Amino acid sequence: MSADRLPRLLAGWHAGGSIALAEHLDLHGRLPLPASRGSAELIARVQRSGLRGRGGAAFPVATKMQAVAAAPRRRRRLVLANGAEGEPASTKDSTLLESCPHLVLDGVAAAVAAVTADEAIICVKPGAAEGLSHAIAERSGMDRVVPEVVEVPRGYVVGEESALINYLNTGAALPTYGASHPSERGVAGRPTLVQNLETLAHLALIARHGPEWFRELGTDDDPGSALIDITGAVASPGLYEIPAGLPLGALVEMAGGQSVPLQAFLVGGYAGTWTASEQALELSLGHAALRKRGGTLGPGMVAALPRSSCGVQETARIARFLADASSGQCGPCMFGLPAIADGLQAIVEGLAEPGAHSWVEYWSQLVGGRGACHHPDGAAQMVASALRVFADDLTRHETGDSCLAAAFDRGAGIR
Amino acid sequence: MSAIGGDSRTTTLRVNPIACEAHGLCADLFPEWVTLDEWGYPIIDGRPVPAEMMEHARRAANACPTLALALESTRRGAG
Repeated sequence: MSADRLPRLLAGWHAGGSIALAEHLDLHGRLPLPASRGSAELIARVQRSGLRGRGGAAFPVATKMQAVAAAPRRRRRLVLANGAEGEPASTKDSTLLESCPHLVLDGVAAAVAAVTADEAIICVKPGAAEGLSHAIAERSGMDRVVPEVVEVPRGYVVGEESALINYLNTGAALPTYGASHPSERGVAGRPTLVQNLETLAHLALIARHGPEWFRELGTDDDPGSALIDITGAVASPGLYEIPAGLPLGALVEMAGGQSVPLQAFLVGGYAGTWTASEQALELSLGHAALRKRGGTLGPGMVAALPRSSCGVQETARIARFLADASSGQCGPCMFGLPAIADGLQAIVEGLAEPGAHSWVEYWSQLVGGRGACHHPDGAAQMVASALRVFADDLTRHETGDSCLAAAFDRGAGIR
Repeated sequence: MSAIGGDSRTTTLRVNPIACEAHGLCADLFPEWVTLDEWGYPIIDGRPVPAEMMEHARRAANACPTLALALESTRRGAG
């Protein structure tokens, strides 16, 4: 396996410490940036690398860059680094900022050069600005454009692109409907390149080592390495850098193996999909591979559910979280997600009639595609997958039987 | 639809879900294309609105108290 060429992004990572500029330059060397007329060549390299955005939507980075770079010369372009990922268990943004801020800052500098921007903004979660500002101060004189750091409110939908831009423009961290694409009109109405922090860190290395080097890891369809958070019942949960497309079973092994017998995995975060353990272990952790199977890598999240936990209960909990996280702007999301969460809750508590899950299924189908943003779609996808994977347990709850988790002998299960 | 270009364009009915406040006039005026969910929000047929129904579609869009409903015209095919 090519995993011996890892880590890339997390090279030099030491828990609790930030890689200072001198150490960063020792590890990675200087960032070679094109002269003012060389930006097309940099974009071409990114295109050949096949790099896609790592925030969830997996949009090709070069395509976005081309769109922003194509703006009329008189229009001032802006790079927006999105470090506002709201997935509760995600540690990707915070790890990158705390451990290797200079890799992220190099990525911002490369993005600025690629689209010839004259302004850059890095949005981070509350508390993350100070460390990043320190790293920016270390680079005094290095960057043509010194990025501005903005702390944004905590929240699940804040990291959604339109919500983030809306926050910067108006102070309201709410998704918008029908706005122009950011490459056309983004922050302050300017052509804006929005990329998440992991994407920018990859960009920093592609600018140094080129597309062929990037493709030495991963698969043809899912090139490069990827940062994945694995949570739940594994021996060493946390953030791992893997070759994109790695089977989930291999990531579980990297994380020390399962800590107790497993039942299912939620791949792609709260807006991801549930898959029963045996099939899940064979899933390739890459955007293209998962999309073929109707799944998503989301922002790079995997959760392992023990055999002794009730999948319906866990789904009800996540559905409630997503309902509470709705920005409450669109009716189908504002009313549909609580209806789904209430329905699941009633099933878990044994208060629902047999067949009640068909209502949950109906509502899930009802809300999909009817919001200004994709929040209801993600919730619907997660719930629909749970209804398939935990079908037996749903019936048991509805008919007053113990679910499989309750019947599972915990003592015998733990190795 | 008498617009220039005739049948080279398709028109769909779209709702701005943020602006929509579930008044429900659209379903009254254009029930062939719009139904309401249990909370009163429109579920809109996403297919192109046929020419013979355009008048209904226009009436529904014009009646929306929050201007949330709109007819969107797009050119058919790759051209």
